[in-house]
Amino acid sequence: MSFFLSSVARDLRVHIRKPSEVLNPLVFFAVVISLFPLGIGPSPEQLSLVAPGIVWVAALLATLMSMDLLFRSDYEDGSLEQVVLSGQSLVVFTLAKVFAHWLIAGLPLVVLMPVVGLVVFLEVDGIWTLALSLLLVSPTLSLVGSIGAALTVGLPRGGLLVTILILPLYVPVLILATAMVQASVSGSDVTGYIYWLLALLLLALALAPLAAGASLQLSVDE
Amino acid sequence: MFNWFHRLGSPRTFFAMTSSWHPWLLGLAACVLVGGSVWALLYVPPDYQQGNSVRIMYIHVPAAILAQSGYMMMAGAAIVYLVWRIKLADMAMAAVAPLGASITFLALVTGAIWGKPTWGTWWVWDARLTSTLVLFFLYVGVMALRSAMEGREQAGRACAILSVVGLVNLPIIKYSVDWWYTLHQPASFKLTEKPAMPVEMWLPLLVMVIGYYLFFFTVWFMRLRNEILVREQHTDWVRTWVSDR
Repeated sequence: MSFFLSSVARDLRVHIRKPSEVLNPLVFFAVVISLFPLGIGPSPEQLSLVAPGIVWVAALLATLMSMDLLFRSDYEDGSLEQVVLSGQSLVVFTLAKVFAHWLIAGLPLVVLMPVVGLVVFLEVDGIWTLALSLLLVSPTLSLVGSIGAALTVGLPRGGLLVTILILPLYVPVLILATAMVQASVSGSDVTGYIYWLLALLLLALALAPLAAGASLQLSVDE
Repeated sequence: MFNWFHRLGSPRTFFAMTSSWHPWLLGLAACVLVGGSVWALLYVPPDYQQGNSVRIMYIHVPAAILAQSGYMMMAGAAIVYLVWRIKLADMAMAAVAPLGASITFLALVTGAIWGKPTWGTWWVWDARLTSTLVLFFLYVGVMALRSAMEGREQAGRACAILSVVGLVNLPIIKYSVDWWYTLHQPASFKLTEKPAMPVEMWLPLLVMVIGYYLFFFTVWFMRLRNEILVREQHTDWVRTWVSDR
């Protein structure tokens, strides 16, 4: 537990001292969102129809863009090797990294949601559900993404590869989350979706650190 | 029993054993595939609704079945490799990934060709089509990861982890896509609810499925033997084997 807390604290310090790396995915998110009205057309009816999909796809891409932050600097400066040598559990280490990453990259997206929802003309109910769904799902995204980040950490240009490896795995989350927002816009009950997203979160929380830890181990073994 | 398993796990023993299997498998696969195709394409009565285009089924359905079980085989090899570190399992994994991806691609293409005359469109975002497409992306991801990594040992373990992660995800993807489909549009087409087929239609289909499996295993063994030769090229037995030819 103390290892977990100290890792989280260290990561937060590192991220706060390099704010541009943290801000870039958020800027990316905003830019992608603002491209869609230019491509689809500015009419509110059309935009509000496709809004959940737009916001979700942009959020997935932004999360993947920020995945590169997760282990790369630790791998390059050798601190990952030190963690392995110290005998601490890589699973706990992964959990700590993902938690810190989520605080830095996932939560700001949730906070941005109301603004973004207004820009794409989502109804007010829809905006709150959108924020709630992102709050439930962004940890899952970070957890699953950490597997890809850990697998490609030793590769010089792993960024694009991570998207190819991980995006197909995001399909269920994308489907459930957009369906939840659309259900709320059309006035139906969303409790079922919340249970589903929570179930996926628990599954990812239980299994993803195992896979990511094993991947980190092998990239250090090399 | 375990001893036999252990011996089979050595690339050299496996190579020697399969040398004799290989012509038999190849001949059997060719016979079943040719026989099944002739039966299916020439002698099966045309469907009362779809006419002759129903014959595409005999190419498409076995490919779609193999696309999924190919991934199971890859993930099975991955688990064997992760647990027991048997080198042969890694080679089997490397040999099966492109094969599975091609079969999945074949299933997608034949599905599109079948869709045009029966549904009037090349592609619909039907649940099965979508999950097959995602399956194709999973294969491509595993292949991309292997080609991006330099060390063989490391690439093998990374691909094994990714295959197992995909295996856990596949049912979730399948069910969520099923759900998404039923949520969004009424069931205008359904692949699953065919009119119950008469015997003269499903029997050739069964033959074709068996033929596809035999073909898959034959090509897999060929690729695996190739992989063994490439990876063991510095050992004495490969050198003598090559110089004996």
